[in-house]
Amino acid sequence: MTGMPPRAGSAPPLLRIEDLRVAFSTRNGVVEALHGVSLDLAAGRTLGLVGESGSGKSVTAYAVTRLLDRAGRVTGGRVLWQGRDITRAGEGELRALRGAAMSMIFQNPRAALNPIRSVGAQIADAIRAHRDMPMREARVRALDLLRAVLIRDPEHRLESYPHELSGGMCQRVMIAMAIACEPELLIADEPTTGLDVTTQKTVMDLLARITAERGMAMILITHDLGLAAQYCGDIAVMEKGLLVEQGPSATLFRAPHHPYTRRLIAASPTPRSTIADLARAAGEPPPPAVAAPRPPLPAGTPPLLELQHVVKDFGGPARAVDDVSFRIAPGGSLGLVGESGSGKSTLSRIICRLLDRTSGEVLFDGENIGGIPARDFHRSPFRREIQIVFQDPNDSLNPRFSAFDSIAHPLRRLEGLRDGAALRERVVAAAARCGLSADLLGRFPHQLSGGQKARVGIARAIAVRPRLLVLDEPTAALDVSVQATVLYLLDRLRREDGMAFLFVSHDLNVVRLMCEQTVVLRAGRVVEAGPSEALFESPRDPYTRALLAAIPHFDPAPELQAAG
Amino acid sequence: MSGAPPDGASPGTPEEAAAAAAEEVVRGTGGTHHTGVLSGIGRRIGRRLLSSLPAILGVVVLTFLLMRVLPGDPAVFFASGPSAGQEEIEALRRDLGLDKPIPVQLLRYLGDVATGNLGRSLTTGQPVVTDLRQRLPASLELTLCALLIALSLAVPLGILAALRPGSPVDHAVRFVCTLGVCVPTFVSGLLLIYVFYYLLGWAPDPTGRIDIFAATPPDITGFLLVDFAITGNWEGWWSAAMQLLLPACTMALFVLAPLARMTRASMLAVLGSDFVRTARSVGLPRWRVVVVYALRNALLPVLTIAGIVFSTMLGANVLVEKVFSWPGVASYALDALLSSDYAPVQGFVLLMASIFVLVNLLVDILYGIADPRVSME
Repeated sequence: MTGMPPRAGSAPPLLRIEDLRVAFSTRNGVVEALHGVSLDLAAGRTLGLVGESGSGKSVTAYAVTRLLDRAGRVTGGRVLWQGRDITRAGEGELRALRGAAMSMIFQNPRAALNPIRSVGAQIADAIRAHRDMPMREARVRALDLLRAVLIRDPEHRLESYPHELSGGMCQRVMIAMAIACEPELLIADEPTTGLDVTTQKTVMDLLARITAERGMAMILITHDLGLAAQYCGDIAVMEKGLLVEQGPSATLFRAPHHPYTRRLIAASPTPRSTIADLARAAGEPPPPAVAAPRPPLPAGTPPLLELQHVVKDFGGPARAVDDVSFRIAPGGSLGLVGESGSGKSTLSRIICRLLDRTSGEVLFDGENIGGIPARDFHRSPFRREIQIVFQDPNDSLNPRFSAFDSIAHPLRRLEGLRDGAALRERVVAAAARCGLSADLLGRFPHQLSGGQKARVGIARAIAVRPRLLVLDEPTAALDVSVQATVLYLLDRLRREDGMAFLFVSHDLNVVRLMCEQTVVLRAGRVVEAGPSEALFESPRDPYTRALLAAIPHFDPAPELQAAG
Repeated sequence: MSGAPPDGASPGTPEEAAAAAAEEVVRGTGGTHHTGVLSGIGRRIGRRLLSSLPAILGVVVLTFLLMRVLPGDPAVFFASGPSAGQEEIEALRRDLGLDKPIPVQLLRYLGDVATGNLGRSLTTGQPVVTDLRQRLPASLELTLCALLIALSLAVPLGILAALRPGSPVDHAVRFVCTLGVCVPTFVSGLLLIYVFYYLLGWAPDPTGRIDIFAATPPDITGFLLVDFAITGNWEGWWSAAMQLLLPACTMALFVLAPLARMTRASMLAVLGSDFVRTARSVGLPRWRVVVVYALRNALLPVLTIAGIVFSTMLGANVLVEKVFSWPGVASYALDALLSSDYAPVQGFVLLMASIFVLVNLLVDILYGIADPRVSME
């Protein structure tokens, strides 16, 4: 417990990590997750820890607070808190630090709160963990904290349970708990992942203001470079358990040195990036087709899909989808954007014919397919014309199906193709077009990476050669570099096959990249619609403007932007 | 140069507050939660009781038919003796209404049940309702005590095992549980009698609920422990408790496994959950994390299992009742079944079905109180 000898002339930093190594014991032996990470954090500074999944950014934070799960162990290096070595500190000593000196907020705030304890009691618990205070007094403090995190009607909210609050509200409660005992360091682990972009902005603004007002240091762990750039003074980039680059955010994004940082920046969609950028990030040469815009269709071409005054009423107080009309041309691409509850998922399920509309027409190729009940649609010849790529590549593949079976499934069901050379040929061809080599086809989902699973999902959708592909947040669960390759792949497939896309996403940058037309939904209604370029360049509706303004962004180096 | 946030994070409080208000999705107004619980529970009780009526009716009809299908003729069995003539048997049969076609018998039986008449036991000569009312408290007292003993052992054992999975403690708990399940109750019961009554002499004679020479308390609730406590007869209370201890332990041992294993599994899941990590991250003391955050959540599934275990025990403890000569309902039903006495068996099954429904309802209500998410519906 004797700290390191103080260096002459300067006080020790708030937090110093020296050559930290963490290993996890797994079924396949011990795996080292951190291979010697060193960093310093001064009091009151904000550090963004960025990197993709598996880079070790969360492990670093959990090793500092020693909240690693049972299998994880610090195997080397030191963690110094204000010059004091806490690497081997006992549980009691750590308990005194947690909450009082350093605290954390987590991803998925609703799960991070105790579901059967009122939020007031939970905040009071956090206060009483370090302050000798009767419950009554702690609840008064909790009320102050709820006011500090700008929760409306805080007196009532004290008695609320987490399931009665929205995700953003839960994260505010979490922040209140984290700052309850005035720690000097706040570690935020992907605090806004899964929240809507406007909610993300309010939560992050609040977090930034609170830490600045109270002089707290913050470590923001995120995969979103824009978020890190906007809210952090310094950035540390991690890759595969190593810290590869570190610097002030103002300069790091302008002049990245490490190749991984460059790749990461290139792969992150920005308001100005193009498909060609993605191609480069994916390590593939942009095909000539990308450069040339698609030749315009002759005037009077009937639309492939047309929605007329579609309404969906689940019987709630408001309609889930309220009088929505738009059309998609053959080979066209339309992006459907909106926040949670805007009705974009309901609408996409109506178009996929997995859900029946309450009223209105859904015309596909001039035929009214809205009238076919959803439970009979699998028998309709239109089923193979409209295929879907689902959001989560993990959950949307049958764990007992090999990649081959998954891709062959629609061929067997919709084309009646039976086992044999023809089926194999079609599956291998579809897989190859999605960049899956034939030797991967025998594998089961748990043996594939996230990107490979996404490719299987896409291959399954295009195997029956649909004319409309509905993509429901197809890259939301993927890392940015994988997202870049998948987006590039999708764009290529669309151009080569003349498929039309309906692209549902909350990521506006991705929609701008992928879609010619954009429809903005709010509370089931179309707020604004039009060509993507114009809509993103000069949004007319205040809501669209608010959405666009809420996207965190950074300005990458000009050289990474200009070349194409 | 402190960590002042770069652009986009200016402390625009009014704007933020407005945004916060806009962002808020109110799913239920927090303040009205408690008043909502009571009316919600009332509605749920009514719904559950109504929806369980068909099941109970089905059970009654099925048992009735089953009894008629089983071999054995009560008229023959209860005729005065082996020398009884055909005439006497026929007369008895008419008396019992057994000469009517089965559908008519069924209708008559259902009519009787609806008016609270479960028939008369030929073995004891008393109405079945009276018999059951006398014997049910004995079974309930035994089962409740056994469940309490089992829970007070299983929950700590399950917690210990979950706090150190894979440790010697975990393996020891698993061993005890396996043993409890593997050894049949009549073996473990006899073993306990052998050790504690015969060898050590600590336990009283395993003959019923109370020492044959002791005075029985006035019949107030039928639960001896309660009745003795009400009358202030602590000597009698002690003797009854001693009498109860061995059979209760025998039963507790048998149901230890499902309760302890469920506690362990559910504790393990909760200990790995995000909100336990949150509780640790704000520096709550370990006991508080384990008891207030983990255990309260982990007990919810245990509650469900305990309800099922209780209902099962009540009917299935016939072996324990036989070994300890316990005057409970299960051994009563078994005796009746062996002598082809229809009415007590049917009454017993109806009683068990009703208790099952009530216990599940109770579990449901407790669940609604313990878990605020349930009462929202």
